[in-house]
Amino acid sequence: MYNFDVVKPTRIADAVKELSDSTESQPLGGGQTLIPTLKQRLASPDKLVSLSGIDEMRGICTGEDGSICVGGATNHATVAAEAGGYPALAATAAHIGDPAVRNRGTIGGSLANNDPSACYPAAALGSGATIKTNTREIAADDYFQGMFATALDEGEIITEVRFPVPEKANYQKFVQPASRFALVGVFVSKYADGVRVAITGASNDGVFRWTEAEAALSSNFSADAIDGLSLSGDDMISDLHGTGEYRAHLCAVMTKRAVAAAA
Amino acid sequence: MPKDGGIGASSKRREDVRFLTGAGNYTDDINIRGQAYVHFLRSDIAHGTIKSIDTAAAAGMPGVVRIFTGSDFEGVGGMPCGWQVTDRHGQPMQEPAHPILAQGKVRHVGEPVAAVVADTAEQARDAAEAIVLDIDELPAVVDMKAALESGATKVHDDLNDNLCYDWGFVEENKDAVNKAFDDAAHVTSLELVNNRLVANPMEPRVAVGDYAKGTDDSTLYTTSQNPHVIRLLMGAFVLGIPEHKLRVVAPDVGGGFGTKIFHYQEEAFCTFAAKACNRPVKWTSSRSEAFISDAHGRDHVTKIELALDKDNNFTAIRTETHANMGAYLSTFAPSVPTWLHGTLMAGNYKTPLIYVNVKAVFTNTVPVDAYRGAGRPEATFQLERVVDKAARELGVDPIALRRQNFITEFPYATPVAVEYDTGDYHGTMDKLEEMGDFAGFAARRAESEKNGKLRGLGVNCYIEACGIAPSNLVGQLGARAGLYESATVRVNATGGLVVMTGSHSHGQGHETSFAQVVAEMIGIDESMVEIVHGDTANTPMGMGTYGSRSIAVGGSAMVRATEKIINKAKKIASHLLEASEADIELKDGAFSVAGTDKSVAWGDVTLAAYVPHNYPLEDIEPGLEETAFYDPANFTYPSGAYACEVEVDPDTGKVSIERFAAADDFGNIINPMIVTGQVHGGIAQGIGQALLENCAYDENGQLLSASYMDYAMPRADDLPMFAVDHSSQTPCTHNPLGVKGCGEAGAIGSPPAVVNAVVDALQSAGKDVTHIDMPLSPDRVWTAMNG
Repeated sequence: MYNFDVVKPTRIADAVKELSDSTESQPLGGGQTLIPTLKQRLASPDKLVSLSGIDEMRGICTGEDGSICVGGATNHATVAAEAGGYPALAATAAHIGDPAVRNRGTIGGSLANNDPSACYPAAALGSGATIKTNTREIAADDYFQGMFATALDEGEIITEVRFPVPEKANYQKFVQPASRFALVGVFVSKYADGVRVAITGASNDGVFRWTEAEAALSSNFSADAIDGLSLSGDDMISDLHGTGEYRAHLCAVMTKRAVAAAA
Repeated sequence: MPKDGGIGASSKRREDVRFLTGAGNYTDDINIRGQAYVHFLRSDIAHGTIKSIDTAAAAGMPGVVRIFTGSDFEGVGGMPCGWQVTDRHGQPMQEPAHPILAQGKVRHVGEPVAAVVADTAEQARDAAEAIVLDIDELPAVVDMKAALESGATKVHDDLNDNLCYDWGFVEENKDAVNKAFDDAAHVTSLELVNNRLVANPMEPRVAVGDYAKGTDDSTLYTTSQNPHVIRLLMGAFVLGIPEHKLRVVAPDVGGGFGTKIFHYQEEAFCTFAAKACNRPVKWTSSRSEAFISDAHGRDHVTKIELALDKDNNFTAIRTETHANMGAYLSTFAPSVPTWLHGTLMAGNYKTPLIYVNVKAVFTNTVPVDAYRGAGRPEATFQLERVVDKAARELGVDPIALRRQNFITEFPYATPVAVEYDTGDYHGTMDKLEEMGDFAGFAARRAESEKNGKLRGLGVNCYIEACGIAPSNLVGQLGARAGLYESATVRVNATGGLVVMTGSHSHGQGHETSFAQVVAEMIGIDESMVEIVHGDTANTPMGMGTYGSRSIAVGGSAMVRATEKIINKAKKIASHLLEASEADIELKDGAFSVAGTDKSVAWGDVTLAAYVPHNYPLEDIEPGLEETAFYDPANFTYPSGAYACEVEVDPDTGKVSIERFAAADDFGNIINPMIVTGQVHGGIAQGIGQALLENCAYDENGQLLSASYMDYAMPRADDLPMFAVDHSSQTPCTHNPLGVKGCGEAGAIGSPPAVVNAVVDALQSAGKDVTHIDMPLSPDRVWTAMNG
């Protein structure tokens, strides 16, 4: 680890100011990706702006439209325990990483990082969530822009994530045996106006929606509805843990399982 | 009723109190006043020519004491290899130089190129980043078979080629074996990979070198399984320090699994640099460094053939193995695919003719050496896989085929040069059938199928050879060390004892089980016996702990020394009791005169030895301290039968282990609880190899699985509850305790059981799958099912 300064503002505006003061500053959520990266000397910010002291970015509430609003600095354990209004979201959070990760890692940090194998991007895209920042609101469909790439501008902070609550939803994760990140994770949700299927872990382009499956499930929400549908393995991640073809196959298996388990 | 102390009691592990309360003393806990820290700059290129190493900028960085490169070690010995294998043609193996820091070329990712000693570890690392390294990259040699093709890039320019040796065993049998295959009614053949593994002990390696200028004494604190071996190798072959001026201490060590047997460059460096800098020098491996600098294990590619006659009797076995040595020869690397592997190819079966060919190959990868089992898991895996395949091809029950071919008469001389003293292979198989509830398997399979899962049952046997010996034999086989063990028993005046053993405990619980043996022999409480190990300054010359040798060899030395103690104590007692020595009996910690009520307590005798007022000074010396060295007459041969039941998810290929049973014969047992723990740990590592662990390189020699993000270790929820039994006991006939050793059995016996079970599951669904290479990860199983 190289030397750096840490500041811990208590208001969003102060955090934004701290980040804009230096081009080499970086926001720090729960640090579950950033701290190991620093320890490996793969990053060298001169200042970390911790977001964990900002009360208004923490906690869960229910919006006027019934949506579940999760503060950007809320850790996974809190979502698992308190997002009971959206059980599939709480269940997703309950299976991210291990207890240490869940008690430090935050939803804002996860979505800002947009690891191609992370769980929350599938939940956000699969729910059509709105990512609220210090400057604007971004629809999930516009937010995810490929592996580790998002619509966030430099210095922009995720302050809240708003999830419309579906009639039914479920997340199925098939874990990579070593990291236990998603080798393939599928988040399926059924809303009055249609079904969303978001897949993480599989694609070279990061989290994506499986639109063919969505169409089939929107007219018939049953596991059988996607019989015969398949994704190509060509653009899928191919590594030690599975070929693109295998991941493509798992996408269909996990989608079916998510549909069958949706509640 | 279970015993509450002594041999056979499940005494609680006394060392766990300090381990579990954070009071252990590991090498990284050792910090010496004035200590500096070293950071090794390691090659990130697998193969290349070093054009230049510019340390000028780094040398001026804050805190830097001195920067070392290969040129600082010209004239210093390289890392020695402890075993010389002679090839099929009677020629010695090719043995390349193995420098402390790279000289001229780098040969694997992770090879240390330069070393920065600085006031703090961070400063050393900062300065190492400022070193400018110019390396001309050469093609990496990764694939073993390609490495042996003519014209292949050479890992070592001064060797003839990349072949370390081409070993044939038993070479004289080759023609007879080939003829047996020509005459066979059935031949089953199988090509397989025994996957490369990283040992991953919980405690990474650490070394602290210290030098006392006033006395010219050097001390190395290190994470070693065998401090005396390190002292001998480093002192005599690397640094030229006589043993009386060199002390090696291996204090509490957090797991070894073989990878801490070997003498490593970092140990020699810290010892050398402490003198050169006149400051203690410490190195603590990061987990990332461990992946690219700890010796790896396994990495064999094998073709095995089994010949059977028309009645399904095994008539011959023929194998060809390519064994990866990595870039350099680690300390005992050449012995693993040869004498620890070829000699085990008979397994539990009376196959009359066996020929084993092993080609050891240099590649641009981390050196490969012994890992839990070392050669024996590789032998067992291929043999038990090919036997299983043969049973399936012939349509016979795999257990029946094994039983039909079991060795039943002992001693049994195998065609691969070893003689099994005892065993009861039907006995362990009977036990296994009972534990595994094979009769209930069909119902369990039906239940799994109802849930959309495939269920398979895999069974195998294993034989192990522990406590390799005797020294004069292994010397003929190429060992450059003896393989005895030592113990000094020092009795104190008030009756307590200290046993100083050459064995080393790094998880095995010797401090408990060794004390049980001595306490039993004398009839005193275990708490009166202290076990001291790990420091060359206060233990007799010993060879350390590996190959499941500690109780069989180290324990025997301790028994011999304790017998000497008892003999002398009887002399003292006979004097005190005014009786003939022949009439003195030792029982429950008291000496008595046979047929009388006259007795004297153990403590009175020991006190007399040190306060010899009433003492036969004209006949015996005062004091009560004895040393014994024990050189075994033969290996010991634990054996057993293992069963694994798996469920396979046909949609994903994921394998889940539902049941696992192990019936072992370890001979006599000292502490059943510790033995059970050793078997549990071994099975966990075996299942890790079978399902999860994959040490993989790409074609450029980059390690793909270089962290826990990609190298999958077994976790508790990957494993079922194990059914473990060691009630089948055929004691070893040639050591005083009748013990055989249990440390590696689980890792040897479990991989074939898992693979046999998965193949059984897939075939139950009509899949034409006869083999899948480990690890049986979900994608590999799914691909095999759908290939």
